[in-house]
Amino acid sequence: MNLLLVLPILIPLTAAALGLTAWKRPGLQRSISVAGAMALLVASVMLLAATNRGDVLATQMGGWEAPYGITIVADILSSIMVLLNAIIGLAVVIYSLGALDPQREAFGFHPLVHALLAAVSGAFLTGDLFNLYVWFEVMLMSSFVLLTMGSGRAQLEGAIKYVALNLVSSALFLAAVGLLYGATGTLNMAHLAERIGSADPRATTLIAMLFMVAFGIKAAAFPFFFWLPASYHTPPPVVSALFAGLLTKVGVYALIRTFTLCFTGDMAFTHEVILWIAGFTMLSGVLGAAVQSEFRRILSFHIVSQIGYMLMGLGMAGVALAAAESADESTAVALRGAAALALTGSIFYVMHHIIVKTNLFLVSGIVQRLFGTGDLDRVGGIWRTRPVLSIMFLVPAMSLAGIPILSGFWAKLTLVRAGLLAESWWIVAVALFVSLLTLFSMTKIWGEAFWNAMPPGREDPTATVRSDRGLRIMMTVVMLLGAVTLAIGFAAQPVFDLAGRAAKQLLSPGVYADAVLGGRQSSIPPVDADGGAP
Amino acid sequence: MLSLRRADPGMGYHAARGGSLVPMLLVLLATLFVTALAAPAVVRFARPAAAPILAIVPALATFWLISVAPGVLRGEPIGLVRSWVSGLEIEFALHLDGLALLFALLICGIGTLIVLYAGAYLGTHPQFGRFMAALLGFMASMLGLVLADDAIALFIFWELTSITSYLLIGFDHERADARKAALQALLVTGLGGLALLAGLLLLADAAGTLRLSDMAAARPDLPLDPRAAAIVLLILAGAFTKSAMAPFHFWLPGAMEAPAPVSAYLHSSTMVKAGVYLVARLDPALCDIASWSRLLVAFGAATALIGAFTASRQRYFKRLLAYSTVSSLGIMVLLVGLGAPQAAAVYILAHALFKGALFMIAGVAEKRTGRKDVEALGDLRRAMPWTAAIAPAAALSMAGVPLFLGFAGKELLLKAALSAGWAAPFVVPCVFAAGASGVLVALLVAWRPFHAAPEAGALPVAAREGTPLLLAGPLLLAGLGMLAGLFPFLGARAITDAAALAIAGPRGTGLVRIDVPALAAPGAALALSLASLVAGVLLYRARARWRAIAALGGVIDAASPQRGYTAALDGILRAARFQTRLLQNGRLRIYLFVCLLSTIGLVLLAAARTGTLPGVPADDVAISAPDLVFLIIAAVAAIVATRLRGRLSTIAMLGGVGFAVAMLFLTFGAPDVAMTQFAVETLTVIIFVLIFHHLPRFAVFSGPWVRLRDGLLASAFGVLMGGLVLLVRRDAVFPPISDAFAARAAPEAHGRNVVNVILVDFRALDTLGEILVLAISGIGVYTLLRLFIRKEREA
Repeated sequence: MNLLLVLPILIPLTAAALGLTAWKRPGLQRSISVAGAMALLVASVMLLAATNRGDVLATQMGGWEAPYGITIVADILSSIMVLLNAIIGLAVVIYSLGALDPQREAFGFHPLVHALLAAVSGAFLTGDLFNLYVWFEVMLMSSFVLLTMGSGRAQLEGAIKYVALNLVSSALFLAAVGLLYGATGTLNMAHLAERIGSADPRATTLIAMLFMVAFGIKAAAFPFFFWLPASYHTPPPVVSALFAGLLTKVGVYALIRTFTLCFTGDMAFTHEVILWIAGFTMLSGVLGAAVQSEFRRILSFHIVSQIGYMLMGLGMAGVALAAAESADESTAVALRGAAALALTGSIFYVMHHIIVKTNLFLVSGIVQRLFGTGDLDRVGGIWRTRPVLSIMFLVPAMSLAGIPILSGFWAKLTLVRAGLLAESWWIVAVALFVSLLTLFSMTKIWGEAFWNAMPPGREDPTATVRSDRGLRIMMTVVMLLGAVTLAIGFAAQPVFDLAGRAAKQLLSPGVYADAVLGGRQSSIPPVDADGGAP
Repeated sequence: MLSLRRADPGMGYHAARGGSLVPMLLVLLATLFVTALAAPAVVRFARPAAAPILAIVPALATFWLISVAPGVLRGEPIGLVRSWVSGLEIEFALHLDGLALLFALLICGIGTLIVLYAGAYLGTHPQFGRFMAALLGFMASMLGLVLADDAIALFIFWELTSITSYLLIGFDHERADARKAALQALLVTGLGGLALLAGLLLLADAAGTLRLSDMAAARPDLPLDPRAAAIVLLILAGAFTKSAMAPFHFWLPGAMEAPAPVSAYLHSSTMVKAGVYLVARLDPALCDIASWSRLLVAFGAATALIGAFTASRQRYFKRLLAYSTVSSLGIMVLLVGLGAPQAAAVYILAHALFKGALFMIAGVAEKRTGRKDVEALGDLRRAMPWTAAIAPAAALSMAGVPLFLGFAGKELLLKAALSAGWAAPFVVPCVFAAGASGVLVALLVAWRPFHAAPEAGALPVAAREGTPLLLAGPLLLAGLGMLAGLFPFLGARAITDAAALAIAGPRGTGLVRIDVPALAAPGAALALSLASLVAGVLLYRARARWRAIAALGGVIDAASPQRGYTAALDGILRAARFQTRLLQNGRLRIYLFVCLLSTIGLVLLAAARTGTLPGVPADDVAISAPDLVFLIIAAVAAIVATRLRGRLSTIAMLGGVGFAVAMLFLTFGAPDVAMTQFAVETLTVIIFVLIFHHLPRFAVFSGPWVRLRDGLLASAFGVLMGGLVLLVRRDAVFPPISDAFAARAAPEAHGRNVVNVILVDFRALDTLGEILVLAISGIGVYTLLRLFIRKEREA
């Protein structure tokens, strides 16, 4: 068994368990939590280093070879996602040391965060569809508890919507897994891909729609995103930041994984649907953001909008590949190139977005700490009094709007370029228009909270807030994440290259399948039993 | 990965071509950016001398540019290429040719003066450090824009100028008007920027290269490309928004909210000329597309006219200058469109010199008198003798009086307009009006406040002379304008000629250069030029009457693009509010409804696409009698559950559904699964009873129609899922892996209960996950019961 593959799950799991044993000792919990998050970061860097060159690593849990056991498998995409998970985990854990109230800490904040990190790692690394469902459940449960922690009225109201809609997602996911198992008799994704590829894809196209909805709800795509703007502004900002970075991206990852590996039989249809969903998601999210006037509500709607960009790449890639099949040779080559570029854009966008979005929520946490609210009507004057914090907002905010030379620009550029090459005109137009509206709503926060003076009649509370240790910790984390955004912007080539290799790997799923099913006899061993309980 | 044809590496720059100078372009840009970043620190630690210290950098840049100018003017451009984002074929390519040199000199030269001027103007402002950072950042971005030889690099600098100018226009950020103007400029130029991005990428794909200097030669048959029209429209959308062409010109007067140094720099000599620069830069590649030149001529002439007319109605310093700048920008675009590169180059140079000077003068006059209205001032020559002396020197060039550079510009302009062929009847009046209006504006800004008597009854004004640093800039610029007019051979002509050659591109060899002496030979152009001078003076004399007449033009304001912008923004926000209220309405029931309806819709769409309807399988499915009974029990219990009002009875009914399903498991030969289900159902009912005991009866929130609707949806969803199960059963062709579980459980996993072996061995990881779910639920319940944080104090 390749330990490197399971460490990203095992480390946070252990940290969660140890944290629970230190229930009454917050200091020890903190140490365990920070140590665990750091170890997770080290392990995920090592994992990426191991897969970086294009090898797909797989290990069979319990020694049961695929497709019978559960396969843990890492290609470049999985490794990237695990690394991002680790970065966000560490940032949030450290930030919480300065930001979190002692009550929440005493009620298991740290173990819950690590349970969530373990679940997210598991979701990124599993090669088994049902196991993915299990990790989704762990993720849902731990995020739900984090969301409700404190039992504020708004929190509970948001949490009900969160959990209800996500349970619909779970139910659909489970039903779809059952149906797919009925049609193909297997749960291992590589094996599924093989079987779907060699059989009539008609039923699977229908089932694929169920997966699209199940993952679409998780990813907060149009028209399934309701749970996100309803809940993300209610918990403490550090929890929002954790969610904003990770949760929806697991849905996006699941869509990318299954719709490049398994459901590729009728891409002209399925990926066209994804493209439409992407367009509406982008537009609907940004329009929602444009009319909000609370820091985190604006940011929440923007998550929705940007999920659209990530799906746009996936959709364009599929549509281009489908078109390439019936095109003449030179056009087909160009279209395949556009497809690879589109997928690269999606992956780049995910990488950029996770860092930037978490960072913006963390900035909102500092603003909330200073002013006691994130309501833009009651916040002001930050640019005058706190230029450093202002710059720390400006970097991720401008990156989000795709302003050069920050990370978001390259992500947007890659997608637009791919769209023009694939001649997907309308989605490119939507994407560009949406980026203007994104800029608009970022300037809204900037104009109201940073440029504008404090509203008349309200004294500036920041005058009395001293830069205590907690604030310094929060600022440090925000600066470090800002530095990552700048680094991606200035050293775009290596990041682009990495995303490009991940995309190429996705487009040649044979390597993945070989790594998972390698050494296996391709036929199912003969059995005389007429079916046991699955 | 991409389908671009790689440019021949031989086409690039050899090290020898730029010699040891090659990295200097990079050093130049980097130094300016670093200076921008360091500006706040410099200001903090050396405040009184901060501006002169910071001005050293652009001054050195100017000297360096002058030192390399002779080579560039000989036709030996300096280039630099560094690999950058090779995956997107983007290179960091810089290219200093005649056109870039003209702009770079303006940017760095005027920039130096502006830095000094800003130090005198704003030096005591508490945020002066940030101001200088933004100003120098803008300078660096603008320099990068004109040096960039890679389309994407150009775009990056283009956007950076938009962002830095946003910070500069909104510098007085606690005033709502300043914020609004900054946002307006950002959105208008941002919209154009996005169009430009698409246009540049399309052009790059069509031409097969991102290298601007290769584009003209890359694709002679570009006009035949189906994307040609789109390329032209998108690129022009970018250029026209940036350069304030009608109908996008409204943001420029708004941007006058900025402090005077910003107006003098961005809105006269540099940023607004970025669009002109882009048009000039791409003209060689695009001029064969018929629509390109026509659009340039049409929009250029129209903007010249609209700007001239609107300027003639103004009475505030900055508004006068802003609208006359709009007019001048129109003329520059017009000249590129007419294929008159020499006229364009001369006009660009002349305009930058006199308009930069006049904006600085206006800033001094406003600051030193506290008035914005030129008509409210008079006889300032007594209090401000130096300002009063410098102002006319710049204004004469603007008016196009012989001996000044502005005269040469106007002469070439009129010659180009007169030989415009089909367009001449339209272009010549526009140009003439722009000339007359320019004279009027020059008189109003530079003559009226200083040398004319104040209006009867005007309030006395306490004016003070500007400091030497405030006046150095205008003096130098006005002096240069005079010098270049009198002695063009001292360098001005060489620079404009080189710029013109670069604008002309490959056609440049056939270009006929016109020499304009300080006093031109008689001809139609000279006659028109002098006539516009006279017309301007007459307008000035009769300006009260003219304003009354022109006020009738106020009806245009009703349809003004400013209103269009406001309406568009409002419309988008209204639509946004509508859709958000519609979708994110706060009602969970609607959310669920939408999700399920969409699911049904998507599956049916897929069914229609594949021609596969979920439904009855071909071979009949036998349902045994007991199965049927349990199914009916489950269905009835489910339906009854929805009709009941009491919580306990509802729970009991749901328990009934669960037990019926468990019985089905039993008949399918899975007794252990059934047992589990029994246990779960029993526990669930018990727990629910315990909790719900304390809760009130269900309230009814929905009317009968809503319930009917929901019922229909639920039924449809059930039917769909049932149909899918039947479909899957029919299509199943593979043996399930569970066969192997049954076969291998005993011999390999040493367990005879297959379900148990699956749970603890084959798929133990799943079980681990589910255990984790339980543990977390435990914490969750504990937290919900014990932790109440009513008031959020901590972040």
